[in-house]
Amino acid sequence: MSTASPKEISLTGSFGASVFADHLSAVAGEPAWWLERKRESHTAFAAAALPRRTDESWRFSSLGALTLDGFAIPGSSVGVDGTVLTAAAAFPVPTAARLSFVNGRPAGSHAIAPELAARGVVVIPLSKALETHGELLRQHFMAQPQRLGSAKFAALHTAFVADGAFIYVPRGVEIDQPILVSHWAFGAGAAVFPHTLVLAEENSRVTVIDRFGSADAEAHFALGANDLYAGHGSQVTYLGVQDWSRKTVSLQLNSTVVRRDARVRSLNLHLGGKLARHESLSQLQAPGAFSEMLALTIATEEQEFDQRTLQIHQAPNTRSDLLYKNALMDRTRTIFSGLIIVDPDAQKTDAYQSNRNLMLSDDAEANSLPGLEIQANDVRCTHGATSARIDPEQEFYLRARGIPPDKAEELLIFGFFEEVLARLDTPGVPDLLRGLVQSKFSARGR
Amino acid sequence: MSDLTETDTLDTAAANPVEGIDQSSGNFSYDVKYAFDAGTGISERVVDYISAVKKEAPWLREFRMNALKTFLAKPLPTHWATRDLENIDFDRIRYYLSQGQKPKRTWDEVPADIKRTFERLGIPEQERKFLAGVEAQFDSEAAYSNIKEAVSKQGVIFVNSTEGLREHPEIFRKWFGKVIPTGDNKFSALNSAAFSGGSFIYVPPGVKVSHPLQAYFRINAENFGQFERTLIICDEGAEVTYMEGCTAPKFSTSTLHSAVVELVALRGAKIQYITVQNWASNVFNLVTKRGLAHEEAEIKWIDCNIGSRLTMKYPGVVLKGRKARGEVISIALANDGQHQDTGAKMIHAADETTSTIVAKSISVGQGRSTYRGVVHIPRHLKGCKNNTECDALLINTNSRTDTYPAITVRGDRHAVQHEASVSKVSAEQIFYLQQRGLTEGQAMSLSVNGFINDLARQFPMEYSVELKRLIDLEMEGSVG
Repeated sequence: MSTASPKEISLTGSFGASVFADHLSAVAGEPAWWLERKRESHTAFAAAALPRRTDESWRFSSLGALTLDGFAIPGSSVGVDGTVLTAAAAFPVPTAARLSFVNGRPAGSHAIAPELAARGVVVIPLSKALETHGELLRQHFMAQPQRLGSAKFAALHTAFVADGAFIYVPRGVEIDQPILVSHWAFGAGAAVFPHTLVLAEENSRVTVIDRFGSADAEAHFALGANDLYAGHGSQVTYLGVQDWSRKTVSLQLNSTVVRRDARVRSLNLHLGGKLARHESLSQLQAPGAFSEMLALTIATEEQEFDQRTLQIHQAPNTRSDLLYKNALMDRTRTIFSGLIIVDPDAQKTDAYQSNRNLMLSDDAEANSLPGLEIQANDVRCTHGATSARIDPEQEFYLRARGIPPDKAEELLIFGFFEEVLARLDTPGVPDLLRGLVQSKFSARGR
Repeated sequence: MSDLTETDTLDTAAANPVEGIDQSSGNFSYDVKYAFDAGTGISERVVDYISAVKKEAPWLREFRMNALKTFLAKPLPTHWATRDLENIDFDRIRYYLSQGQKPKRTWDEVPADIKRTFERLGIPEQERKFLAGVEAQFDSEAAYSNIKEAVSKQGVIFVNSTEGLREHPEIFRKWFGKVIPTGDNKFSALNSAAFSGGSFIYVPPGVKVSHPLQAYFRINAENFGQFERTLIICDEGAEVTYMEGCTAPKFSTSTLHSAVVELVALRGAKIQYITVQNWASNVFNLVTKRGLAHEEAEIKWIDCNIGSRLTMKYPGVVLKGRKARGEVISIALANDGQHQDTGAKMIHAADETTSTIVAKSISVGQGRSTYRGVVHIPRHLKGCKNNTECDALLINTNSRTDTYPAITVRGDRHAVQHEASVSKVSAEQIFYLQQRGLTEGQAMSLSVNGFINDLARQFPMEYSVELKRLIDLEMEGSVG
């Protein structure tokens, strides 16, 4: 593992020309436009500089820990680990469809409720969508601008992505139960490129759960992307549950496009990884669009969570509401850097941005960079950031009622999380998340 | 000879649809013969010239030379700051202009051509009315400097930078360049190389200066760079209020003002520093201001920015001693062609330190106001508190505001809170006032003054009246 000065680190690390050539030959049968796009992306990736200390979009990040070296694209011969798929199946929420990937390759069965298939809902691996829905992919795959600092990594993702989830919901179709996509990494040094693309047509409704996890405790490199396209009047709920191994370096790039009168609610739960960066871009493109961006991070030991968000209001009468909560324990670091941009003439924008850091350790560090760039005057834009411990008065109140200190602290911490969790209305999901939060929280080193 | 500025060929930030802005009271200049002129551009020769006319000690000349190297080596900070900085032509600027280095103690001795400038700005009158001491800087040097006898008898020293370093090195050298090191940023380095003028103030232990000390900074010459240097040391338990005002005529070429202001509040001392900045709209105002607050000391910056083309100024407090307090009150008004990039910096370096930042900005027309802030609470401290509020008011449909705070908190024993909001003057409010017989313009002025009223009230009376008048002037014709 290299800790040398930036000058000596190569721009491509483990993902140089020969590794890419191997990857290309492995996917040689895929459409020419796709291969061409991969080639262009690899060139762009190899040419782009690594993030520097002076890059505003990487301010406060531990760049030394972000490395491209020491990883490898797992061979296609990786045996599917049975226990992993059992765990995936155990996800105790009724689903409309499921897809699983191990080291970026489809694994297990891809069940979809027959009546949904009959109504034209498509839930298939990306590799298959290249054959059946090439035109849609061409139009929407990684089609949005990278404005949060990771253009290089987005290019790397496109160059090496082998598979992922392709979800298409036709006009007017409403799906009650969530669609579950599981991405697993397996084996020391495995580099994975999870991808989820959700296309919701006019007036449709869908809930997608992306689940990211490691089948072992090894170090992985996870560079994922999830793009959501919410057509006019559609309602998209997205839930990301990130629980990579504690040695994993993870970058997840999200882009959300919200069209007229559409509503997107996304919640990202961050549990795993050694260094986990999450970028989320919401583009409110037409009047009536609404994006609700939620995140909950439970940081323990020496984890670093780096979250960068951008809410762009490109049309009048649009709304966005962001709430990112971090609980920091032990020697953890978090970075929240958020920006609301209101374009000229995007009048009647209503934008909110809030970052709350709950400091539970004397050695934890929270960095907040809540930003605004407003170029229209008839708007309502507010943001807030707080970093503090549990309110001693609330704690006193509970203790005065006979609740022991440990229990009082726990109650207040869960109350802190509840503000985010309670915003979800998909049946069964809030309880599932509560369980995940609770188990990580109670396993923490005291 | 008529005033120089009426035939402006406007610069790039020109087309100014708002009437009123050029009627600002500072927009006049007189033809002045300068006895000392360092020419244009910055070089070792220019730095030598400045040091020589000031008859400086060798260590100070060396300090300037090192600073020049730092200035030349440092890039412009355009990776975060506006690219408008690239429009400063450092080679065209005149770095030192004066009629002499020794300020006069009475207004009668001040040369007539300089005196009439300050009379027109009302400085001697203000001095008689409510000030404990006044310094009036004209381009590079103070033309006038006086302190009331009662105050000087208390041991208060109030001189310019040249005098301070020459006559009282035992007091000032210890802290000079210590709060803001030369290499802090490119412009603090430029100031350290070329500085001239400014106020050096020392208040002895326990002395509470009952009236404010005031400095007035005036730029008269075209293509000029003013680099005053201020150092205020408030000894244990002492208190002082310092006010500065600034104006310049509007020229078609750009003018640079780059000051360094260092405050040192020793144990239990209180310093209040008030600025009303009304530079003409061709001035680049790039100022570094920072205070060092020792145990139980208090430093408060009241910073009001109305003029200039681009202001970049983030007054800071390093809270070095236990229970030190820091406060920044910031008001910014950005009209067409103006960018007010202001904010605050709070570095908590001791337990139980508290800081407050309240920033309000108003953007008119195509004006842009930016809040940029740093709040830093490093590890292993306890009981630190910060509260930050930023409110922006946008007057016209395409006015612009930005907010870029950076908050770092380590540990679980602090409380830090940041809030910001952006709004406009509500149509209902204007309608209500118009119903009561105000014109739309008056209603707008009243609303804007109401927006900053709670901050303006913290200014001394004379200043808050002046502020209200300036805002009325700037708001004129901005409706519709």
